[in-house]
Amino acid sequence: MIHIECLLGLSAIMMFAGIYGFLTRRSTLAILLSIELMLNAADINFAVFNRMLFPEGHEGYFFALFTIAIAAAESAIAIAIMINIYRQLTHLGVDKLTKLKF
Amino acid sequence: MESFEIMFIVLTAMIALGSIATVLTKSIVRAVTYLLLVLLGTAGLYFLMGYTFLGSVQTMVYAGGVIVLFVFAVLLTSAKEDKLSENTLLKNIGAAVIALVGLGIFMTILCLHGFDVAALTSPDETIMPMTTIGKNMLSTNHEGYLLPFEAVSVLLLACIVGGLVIARKR
Amino acid sequence: MSYTLFILLLPLFSFLLIGIVDMDIPKCGKVWSHKAAGLIGTCSLGIVTVLSYMTAWQYFFQTERLADGSLPTLVPFNTTWLPLGNLHFDLGILLDPISVMMLVVISTVSLMVHIYSFGYMHGERGFQRYYAFLSLFSMSMIGLVLATNIFQMYLFWELVGVSSYLLIGFYYTTAPAIAASKKAFIVTRFADMFFLVGILIFGYYTQSFNFSFAGSEVQMADGAAAFIPCDPQTALVKNAAYAVLPISLVLMFIGGAGKSAMFPLHIWLPDAMEGPTPVSALIHAATMVVAGVFQIARMFPIWIEYAPQTLSVVVWVGAFTAFYAAAVACAQSDIKRVLAFSTISQIAFMMVALGVCLPGEGEHLNHASLGYMASMFHLFTHAMFKACLFLGAGCIIHAVHSNEMSAMGGLRKYMPVTRWTFLISCLAIAGIPFFSGFSSKDEIISACFQYNSICGWWMTAVAAMTAFYMFRLYYGIFWGTENKELHAEHTPHEAPWTMTLPLIVLSVITVGVGAVTTLAGFGILPETWNFGSFVTASGAVYGVHFDTQVALTSTCIALVSIGLATWIFKGETQPIADKMYAAAPHLHRWAYKRFYLDEVYQFVTHKIIFARISTPIAWFDRHVIDGFFNFLAWGTHKLSALIKGFQSGSVQQYAIWFFLGVLAVLGIMVFVL
Repeated sequence: MIHIECLLGLSAIMMFAGIYGFLTRRSTLAILLSIELMLNAADINFAVFNRMLFPEGHEGYFFALFTIAIAAAESAIAIAIMINIYRQLTHLGVDKLTKLKF
Repeated sequence: MESFEIMFIVLTAMIALGSIATVLTKSIVRAVTYLLLVLLGTAGLYFLMGYTFLGSVQTMVYAGGVIVLFVFAVLLTSAKEDKLSENTLLKNIGAAVIALVGLGIFMTILCLHGFDVAALTSPDETIMPMTTIGKNMLSTNHEGYLLPFEAVSVLLLACIVGGLVIARKR
Repeated sequence: MSYTLFILLLPLFSFLLIGIVDMDIPKCGKVWSHKAAGLIGTCSLGIVTVLSYMTAWQYFFQTERLADGSLPTLVPFNTTWLPLGNLHFDLGILLDPISVMMLVVISTVSLMVHIYSFGYMHGERGFQRYYAFLSLFSMSMIGLVLATNIFQMYLFWELVGVSSYLLIGFYYTTAPAIAASKKAFIVTRFADMFFLVGILIFGYYTQSFNFSFAGSEVQMADGAAAFIPCDPQTALVKNAAYAVLPISLVLMFIGGAGKSAMFPLHIWLPDAMEGPTPVSALIHAATMVVAGVFQIARMFPIWIEYAPQTLSVVVWVGAFTAFYAAAVACAQSDIKRVLAFSTISQIAFMMVALGVCLPGEGEHLNHASLGYMASMFHLFTHAMFKACLFLGAGCIIHAVHSNEMSAMGGLRKYMPVTRWTFLISCLAIAGIPFFSGFSSKDEIISACFQYNSICGWWMTAVAAMTAFYMFRLYYGIFWGTENKELHAEHTPHEAPWTMTLPLIVLSVITVGVGAVTTLAGFGILPETWNFGSFVTASGAVYGVHFDTQVALTSTCIALVSIGLATWIFKGETQPIADKMYAAAPHLHRWAYKRFYLDEVYQFVTHKIIFARISTPIAWFDRHVIDGFFNFLAWGTHKLSALIKGFQSGSVQQYAIWFFLGVLAVLGIMVFVL
């Protein structure tokens, strides 16, 4: 017996762990990890709503599927950018990346 | 207690603890490892819900692809300076308060809402057979996802080219 | 007669050519570059002169007269420049007796000055610039007299002012020239402001910028009703005209008074003598300064029909100015200043002559015509002999390198041509028969006597003063005490032929016109040879006959004045003059200082307007207006300094605010709603 509240609560924990990480991490790479956590929490919610509330539909399922694809693309690009930044500046501190700011 | 429920409890513990450990650990390599645990646990949840295809995509793309990318990135950049202790205490506490208050509000909503749905008792693979997925993915009727599918494939292509252009050595 | 367009355009082209193209051809040397600029200017002016004479010939002798014997008004060219609803600003060419007469005057004097300047300005820096400005001036002045409507006239009026400013300030490296050019510009601009207001009132209430309403109904704008007590349609139109037109005409007269140096706006003209002497001859004696007279003559049909009583303003301003300027001229020592004040006085004569025109009745219907004709005639003759006097003064200054009479004296031995032409012009301005000034001045005095006897005697007295100060000048330069030291050091010599030729031409005109018109006036030559058959108020022929009483009186008075001047100033020493100075030192000093009018202006502008009015306004502007805007800027600066911390550029800080916002919205949705 798995209740919907348990599944949604689990994804909420994952979501807010991601938010905490986003707000406190210094390295952009670690911030990206937190973003992955948040995306994953959203994925779980799509799947759970589809499975528990509308078992005949497919929307949540496909949304989760596409989100995974987009998350993969996004992290690939982000990591490419970061490697490039690191090559130029030799650090990834989010508070020190001010070269493009002014 | 059935094995189904035991499995769920194990996965829940793995995901919850893994998420928290991901954002709290001081070593970036460990954080990546904990994230791998969380992603695998999520795949396990999909299996429990009977979404076997989604679970295997999660395993292959996330656990197999993205995490490997992260590990490479960590090794290439050797980002040593990800220290939580470098933050001011105020900032840490502030972020924790925001996260906990948000979680509290969420949980309140969940409890107060009172979902009127049956609980899951066992994995049911028939609910989303492979033929339905395949047909929906490649059809253009009202349940079809051919256009987003194509869009995502173009996006991935652009992503490959972009990644190469950005990261290549000049 | 479409070739008249070239009269206007040729000087413009030569101005652009001389003004823009650098004539300094390296191989040919500096002298040639001077000559090139001068030759282009002079040639174009020569063509303009020929065209003007052709126009005059065709207009006066070959155009068919109208049924009443008057000359027609021709418009060979006219184009709508700016249409503004009912009103429209036109540009065009208008030929009528006065504009054709002015064409002849302007082109003749201008050509003489162009030729004269070859000698006078030889080797000056800015020779090319000088000729460019001369062309600009000729174009503007021709445009002014050929204007088809009052707005076009105003346009060229301002252009004339600009060229005058540029030429007075020709020696822009010397402080007096700068001050004089600024003074001239500001004073005339101040007067022109009234002119513009007058034009706008005129245009607004009459819906027209034309010089006369002949052939068209005077149409009044809606606002004109405020001026009118009664309402029938025809009466409305007439009354509005009677109420508004005098105001606008007087405002225009103020503009004209500024340009024509009428008291109290005359102060710029004596200072304008800082410019090169040929410029003084052309602009500040012969042509530009009579623009005010010309303007009144132009608007004359409207003056005489709608504001005949207001003309007395013109009379008294003119009469006072004539006397004042003559009095000052008697005491000046700078020869150009004497000539400048004499110019003011003579222009005042023309003004008075226009002013004494009253619409007569019955037998005296021709009163209007006499004053008008006399004024225009005097304008013509004065332009010729005053240009001659100024150019002669230029020769003298060229010879002795000074403007002061003390440096001169006894020059008759050295400069015969200058001396004889100067004498002829002096006789003309003094009003001796058989010289041109006699005929015109005598008509003016006759017209004044017909207006009233006070005015007549007043002007006769001024004429006597004129003869006196002109011969004081003549004897001071060519006779009197010779400054032997200076002349031994630098022997004066006669000017080159380029300078003496214009003098001879102008004095021949003076004598020729004078002889013909005097004989015609006494009935020896046919009446049609006189000026009255060409230029009159109505355009119809006006038979001029000298009033024997007036002619005899004024001739006698002029002879007496000349005799007096001869007695006082001719000798090697002047004991009588010295005694007179000793007897009334204050009077002489006051007259020499021009009755301290410049000082009064200085006091009014600096001590009263600047100190009492402008300074508080400036304070208000600096502190209150500027302070308000400074406060706005300061407030914005402070406020932005306060909130600029929000825009830190730090992603995580933004994220904190974002999540706080999300939580707040969520909280409100869950717990409040």
